[in-house]
Amino acid sequence: MNEKSVVKTIKRKPPKTDDNKWVLRLYVAGQSPKALTAFTNLKKICAEQLEGKYSIEVIDLLINPQRGNEDQILALPTLVRKLPVPVRKIIGDLSDTERVLVGLDLLRVD
Amino acid sequence: MKKVVQTISQATLLKSPTGIQGFDEITAGGLPAGRPTLVCGSAGCGKTLFGMEFLVRGATLYDEPGVFMSFEETNEELIQNVASLGFDLEDLIKHKKIALDHVHIERSEIEETGEYDLEGLFIRLGYAIDSIGAKRVVLDTIESLFAGLPNQLILRAELRRLFRWIKEKGVTAIITGERGDETLTRQGLEEYVSDCVIVLDHRVTEQTSTRRLRVVKYRGSLHGTNEYPFLIDETGFSVLPITSLGLEHIVSNERISSGITELDKMLEGKGYFRGSTVLVSGTAGVGKTSVAAHFAEAACKRGERVLYFCFEESPNQLMRNMRSIGIKLEPWVQKGLLQFQATRPTFYGLEMHLAVTHKAVNAFKPDIVIMDPINTFILGDKENEVKTMLMRIVDFLKENQITALFTSLTSTESTLESSDVGISSLIDTWLLLRDIELNGERNRGMYVLKSRGMANSNQIREFILTNNGVELREVYIGASGVLTGSARVAQEANENAGLLKRKHEIERKKRELERKRKLMESRIAAMHAEFKSEESEALKNIETEQDTINLLERDKIEMAVSRKSIIEKRKKKKHIKL
Repeated sequence: MNEKSVVKTIKRKPPKTDDNKWVLRLYVAGQSPKALTAFTNLKKICAEQLEGKYSIEVIDLLINPQRGNEDQILALPTLVRKLPVPVRKIIGDLSDTERVLVGLDLLRVD
Repeated sequence: MKKVVQTISQATLLKSPTGIQGFDEITAGGLPAGRPTLVCGSAGCGKTLFGMEFLVRGATLYDEPGVFMSFEETNEELIQNVASLGFDLEDLIKHKKIALDHVHIERSEIEETGEYDLEGLFIRLGYAIDSIGAKRVVLDTIESLFAGLPNQLILRAELRRLFRWIKEKGVTAIITGERGDETLTRQGLEEYVSDCVIVLDHRVTEQTSTRRLRVVKYRGSLHGTNEYPFLIDETGFSVLPITSLGLEHIVSNERISSGITELDKMLEGKGYFRGSTVLVSGTAGVGKTSVAAHFAEAACKRGERVLYFCFEESPNQLMRNMRSIGIKLEPWVQKGLLQFQATRPTFYGLEMHLAVTHKAVNAFKPDIVIMDPINTFILGDKENEVKTMLMRIVDFLKENQITALFTSLTSTESTLESSDVGISSLIDTWLLLRDIELNGERNRGMYVLKSRGMANSNQIREFILTNNGVELREVYIGASGVLTGSARVAQEANENAGLLKRKHEIERKKRELERKRKLMESRIAAMHAEFKSEESEALKNIETEQDTINLLERDKIEMAVSRKSIIEKRKKKKHIKL
């Protein structure tokens, strides 16, 4: 219940500019500790890196199992960057911030 | 047999029939129901097909819907690939009998950032299972996950959980795995799936490849442990449980004609036993195929079905050749009683031949099977394997009460009997055709080397191919040995001439006798005539003499009358004389 409301609030957040819109999806299965950690980590990273130009959709596969096929979800939690293309997938609870940033192309590895 | 095993296994372990030809027999009922089974093998050995057929048969034959989760091929590819086997997946999907799910992971797209699990896979699979009420699941090939996900520790733990979860779900699952170097699967999946392990193999020996299947392990069930050949063709998978169930064939006392009257006469006048195995062996060009064709024609005339495997000639060539000796096979082919199966022995391996034979026999359901010739299988020194194969074929045919006729070419160097000794023990009736070379001529002889269960003739017959088929003639056996061909004809002519001569002699003697008799009779007649003439002359003389005597007497009396004195004396003398 709590999560559903979270989803709604975040979805409502409009992206500022269309060119730089980031569409992120977080797939989880229920409110497992890993899911909650992932969500917290994601919010934190987005707030730091993509202030105001992102939307996050949280999809609970326990509620909507058929949605997993769309993005070929196996591992949970998985974060999918739908926009900007190319699609990137980041699996795990996003606790390794540096790798998340690399995965989202927000950080170049030098 | 099958039924007994099934009832036993029901008490111990529930099985899920695969519907794959032959496989259910070697596993005594199928795969363990509600448990995962590992099917492993190298690339291209038919793992995917095995899984797919398991699902399709389940959906169509046993009303058990199935989920196919593919980690390699896309749904479209899968549908196309199995369409060639006659599986209409799209239709089954439409009717919710089968669900396909293609799981794709691209390593380059994935970044690992901490703790995760494969709950997503579970949910997908669970969702697919629930959506069609699946009882069967195939995961093909789950090892691809190892390439897509970097963290092996998590992966292994999750796989273990997955297989346990499948068991809990109660679905019968097939998990395919690529064969590793030392282990059954590259990632050691056999550690996790331990109820039933099946290995598929694709081996090339002597340039021919054979697919084989082996049940390595099957917990809680009996199973055949051999390597069984299998084949994949337009009707799917078929495995051959060929090392058969023992010598428990039903035997028939019915006799069937060999198609050659004289040959039947050699076999108690009745021919072969139904369901027996007949071998016709001999050197090149002695007429083995003709014997086979006679048998085929006779069977067709009785309205029986004949399956003719020819390994050296094309059916058309064979029919043309047989026409020249008055055997017409075409009408029977048109009527559907006779079917030819022509393949080169080298076309595929022995096991494959066996498999093809099985399939063809099961499809055509013949009363008689002819294999012409069997020894072309022997390439190199595989004689032992050939023997095993033939034994399997013989067993299989006997079990189905099918009369089999094999022809076998024996080489001229070895003795006729020894070259076939490998299979002689399998043969019930063995006809030997042999060359008899004599006086610059080559003739054919035939004899019954053995014939189980009947008092067969021990004679060698001369075997002649005429415009009206095969004829068997009694050969001439004389002081100089067995005579055949023109030597026999010459001998017969000789004998005939001798006989004629004797007859003439008798005639001549009879005539001589007659002549002599006539001569004698004429002589007798002549003598009679002579005698008669002499007799009459003598009588005449006698008469004249008598007359003279009488005359003299009268004269004397007259004289006495004239001289009275003498009369007294003379009268006394006369009395004495008279």
